[in-house]
Amino acid sequence: MASRAAKERCDAGYGVGTTGQAVYLDFKSNLINKYGRAEANKQGIENPDIDTLIRLGKEVVKEEYGNLFDMYEKITGENPYEVPMRIYPAVHYTMGGLWVDYELMTTVKGLYALGEANFSDHGANRLGASALMQGLADGYFVIPYTIGNYLSDEIATKPIPTDHPAFLEAEKHASERISKLMNIRGNQTVESFHKRLGKIMWDKCGMARSEDGLKEAIRDIQGLQNEFWSDVRIPGVVNGMNPELDKAGRVADFLELGELMCRDALDRAESCGGHFREECQTEEGEALRKDDEYAYVAAWEHQSTGGWALHKEVLQFEIAKPSQRSYK
Amino acid sequence: MEHYNMNLTLKIWRQPNTQAAGRFETYPVSNISSEMSFLEMIDVLNEQLIKEGNEPVAFDHDCREGICGMCSMYINGRPHGPWQKNTTCQLHMRAYKDGDTITVEPWRANSFPVIKDLMVDRSAFDRIIQAGGYVSVNTGSAVDANAIPIEKDHADSAFAAAACIGCGACVASCKNSSAMLFVSAKVSHLALLPQGSPERKSRALNMVAQMDKEGFGACTNTGACEAVCPKGISIENIARLNREYMTAGLSAER
Repeated sequence: MASRAAKERCDAGYGVGTTGQAVYLDFKSNLINKYGRAEANKQGIENPDIDTLIRLGKEVVKEEYGNLFDMYEKITGENPYEVPMRIYPAVHYTMGGLWVDYELMTTVKGLYALGEANFSDHGANRLGASALMQGLADGYFVIPYTIGNYLSDEIATKPIPTDHPAFLEAEKHASERISKLMNIRGNQTVESFHKRLGKIMWDKCGMARSEDGLKEAIRDIQGLQNEFWSDVRIPGVVNGMNPELDKAGRVADFLELGELMCRDALDRAESCGGHFREECQTEEGEALRKDDEYAYVAAWEHQSTGGWALHKEVLQFEIAKPSQRSYK
Repeated sequence: MEHYNMNLTLKIWRQPNTQAAGRFETYPVSNISSEMSFLEMIDVLNEQLIKEGNEPVAFDHDCREGICGMCSMYINGRPHGPWQKNTTCQLHMRAYKDGDTITVEPWRANSFPVIKDLMVDRSAFDRIIQAGGYVSVNTGSAVDANAIPIEKDHADSAFAAAACIGCGACVASCKNSSAMLFVSAKVSHLALLPQGSPERKSRALNMVAQMDKEGFGACTNTGACEAVCPKGISIENIARLNREYMTAGLSAER
């Protein structure tokens, strides 16, 4: 809600800084009232004055978040212990990933996906440190028990030669895609497509989504995808280090994934976790869930003919019941 | 901070591949914002180069927030540019003024061959880590949190050493191309913790052996590495590595 409010104020022209894409976060009251007072209590200082509270608060913040404050100062040249920080929300998680079974195997037999690459652990919203948790949980506690199930059936399998038909087919597919990209020889850079896609996603499939906005976004992305495949310019050669070709392959994938994310967000006509549909909110502006209709994981299967097919994995809650998040 | 725009002259090392000879090329860039990062400025140059029909400058980058260790530019004769305890991606253009000329080179060390332009191959560091930069743990069951008590000053020293991001600035700044600061940070980080004790001796011996095999030079205690390290890794770690290596050499059973 705070992030949406920050974006709304900036969009309305009240943002601060050179770009106008920021709001102030004043840490001073937290330094004094939260960290300073707690530390003064701990040290048994009675009736501490403001200077003492600020000094104690700074010490605590330096110990706990000093690296973040240092990073901020490097970017902006301003000392966040002294002046308000300029902040702006940013996307940093897709709230999804590759479908895996309970043993963490993907739909490709023998291919496992661990950590943030899979969808499995964090639900509709990412909580702080869940990326680290997922990497550790999958790596330490799941895969050591499950991968043996697959490997035990493969113990007699000889090394697969690179002239195996499946290998040849995959190689042909990859090299055709690369030569198709290189032969477009258009006028626009890969970076410019990435930025335009990012803007569409940020505006229409970001912190707040609406039915109309998502439909527009799907159209916009399809248009952008056509433009990409007819007008992208990739300099350099195939056989040699070529970061632009590398990036082009990724942006081609992002265009597909971006459209799929919009379709998924359009399909889910409720608000839940990181997915906020403007049509679905309480009077106070909080997320309005519809657990009777949408208590499922949406697993989208790529179709060879194009498009995606939806598989619903129903979520059953036996002990903890899902409810609206509240910070009150 | 007051915002301003600037025009700059960039002299950048261009080298098509490892075998080819390289040379400096001069490029003007204009209207660079003082709020851009150094890598964003290179992004602007690259967009310009592609539009002119030229090849963009190849350079390493990933997180762009100073934690991954990928960016590796030698800027006006100093790894990661003029700021203390800073990576290239965290260097911002307010460090420069209108009309400046900036020279950018790749890391220079025989053990870090140039792949292209400003990209170098740092897999020698990976092989050193593979030689011993790990600990044995049981997987499959959750260990109770805080099951092993660790003194705060040991934990802090281990953490300070673990802050090494393996960027290679220490090697690039060293007149001997020594990797001692890197190796000593990795050895210290694990030697200071109980989790690191099972392989403590073999780690010191094997990582130093791999370091020598990769062709990194010897340490002559100049301290240039510490001065340019973006994470402020102390050369006290080198002293610790020497002690670890000597103790292991005298007492390890093989």
